[in-house]
Amino acid sequence: MSVLADLATPIVMGILLGGLYAVIALGLSLIFGVVKEINIAHGDLVILGSYFGYVAMSVVGIDPILSLIVGIPLLFGIGFGIQKYLLNRAFKISMDATLIIAFGISIILQNIFQLIWTPMCRGLTTSYALESFSAGPISVPLVYLLDFIVAIIVMLFLREFLRRTYLGMAIRAAAQDWRAAHLMGINTNQVFALTFGIATALAAIAGIFLGLTFPFTPVSGMSFLIIALGVVVLGGLGSIAGTFIGGIAFGLAQTLGGHFFGLAAQMLVAYTMVLVVLAVIPRGIFGR
Amino acid sequence: MLRVTNIDTFYGSLQVLWDISIDIKPGGIVAIIGANGSGKSSLLNTISGMIHPARGSVVFEGREITLLDPFRIVALGISQVPEGRRIFPDMSVYENLKMGSYNHRARSKREQNLETVYEHFPVLERRKNQLAKTLSGGEQQMVAVGCALMSDPKLMLLDEMSLGLAPLVVNELYKVLKEIRLRGITIVFVEQNVRRTLSEAERAYILETGRIVLSGDVEDLREEEKVKKAYFGA
Repeated sequence: MSVLADLATPIVMGILLGGLYAVIALGLSLIFGVVKEINIAHGDLVILGSYFGYVAMSVVGIDPILSLIVGIPLLFGIGFGIQKYLLNRAFKISMDATLIIAFGISIILQNIFQLIWTPMCRGLTTSYALESFSAGPISVPLVYLLDFIVAIIVMLFLREFLRRTYLGMAIRAAAQDWRAAHLMGINTNQVFALTFGIATALAAIAGIFLGLTFPFTPVSGMSFLIIALGVVVLGGLGSIAGTFIGGIAFGLAQTLGGHFFGLAAQMLVAYTMVLVVLAVIPRGIFGR
Repeated sequence: MLRVTNIDTFYGSLQVLWDISIDIKPGGIVAIIGANGSGKSSLLNTISGMIHPARGSVVFEGREITLLDPFRIVALGISQVPEGRRIFPDMSVYENLKMGSYNHRARSKREQNLETVYEHFPVLERRKNQLAKTLSGGEQQMVAVGCALMSDPKLMLLDEMSLGLAPLVVNELYKVLKEIRLRGITIVFVEQNVRRTLSEAERAYILETGRIVLSGDVEDLREEEKVKKAYFGA
């Protein structure tokens, strides 16, 4: 009985954490599904979102969540520019070229972070970041619950956008067959740039909630990129529901791994699961 | 309406079109005939902007479109039904048709054009909520033609529309093509089947290894010795 009660907290924590992981992975999955690029810089763009929240909080003095009103359009613009002026051109050379450029952006961002904010660990320590939420025997930090709620809102919003709007449909069309999309009068270069912009806008949201949940450093982007890749492998590419399930699976593997094998082993357990899924169902749980 | 003048088109260093000139009059139905690899698709792709020629010009309604991007050319009123029924498999029939009306000129006429498409292909209205990949080959081709109509074209380019389809379906598609033409849409189509083509078109261009070897009214072409020999074995 007490074993079950002990398990309740890591299970709830894992599921809630999975929501955050899903939001982090969503942009990566979107770019891969539509533009067919692996955006190595995605983790660093998420951390850019975290630092944006840090500046909003410590310099301007506004709540990091509120700062998204500026953060979302700002990162959208950065992402749009990256695809339009760098990656769309690299495309014409080869797919490897886009990978190398994204890698370059990653290194540049990490160094900018070090220059401006030093290698010190930062966090978005708001008043509510330290509060916790209890229900019966379970007690979880309030931000975890917030992460999960935001994940659901973001995913529903993205799903409806892709289903209902002309642009959303054009994004899906370009993902399925960009040549056919071309012939239907869709400016695919523009659609790719907008897709990248939407993905980095998602990174802005992910960055804020990551910063509220975990401390971050200039090089944190890489570890969250790897988590995002794991989530995408678990859930299958190009599916919002898959990304959500993948995030939860990853979160659960981490918290349960930590519960049974100790905190030092939690990531080992999570990545082992990714490898097993990759070997058994390489297309992921929801993959096509 | 469309004047292609002396174009040379390359894929990398491989030249696929040599000094091609064609002239399409408004309201006509024109066929481009040739064997596999003769450059028919390359010619359509050059007109629709999917590939750009190295030399020569493409002029549509008095406007030079040689180097424009495909989406701009679609917006001007040229729409291509590509070879192999390229539609969006994981979107419904309705969503596919809606994508056809993506350009701004067509968006405002969406409902009206949708009605036209359903009028020509009633089966598409019945299957509008079905995913495109679940349709038969003939129905998928109808979606492809429907998408082109949704873009509100003045000129429609069709690439091997009948490829791999049952004769009855092909007959139906050609019947619709004639109806579409009565709406004032000019039609250029590419076929391998010469007999069929010469009975459906008014004018034809015959391509061989990227060059135009013959052109003219189909009545004259049918009598032409070279055509008889090459295509009818007589």
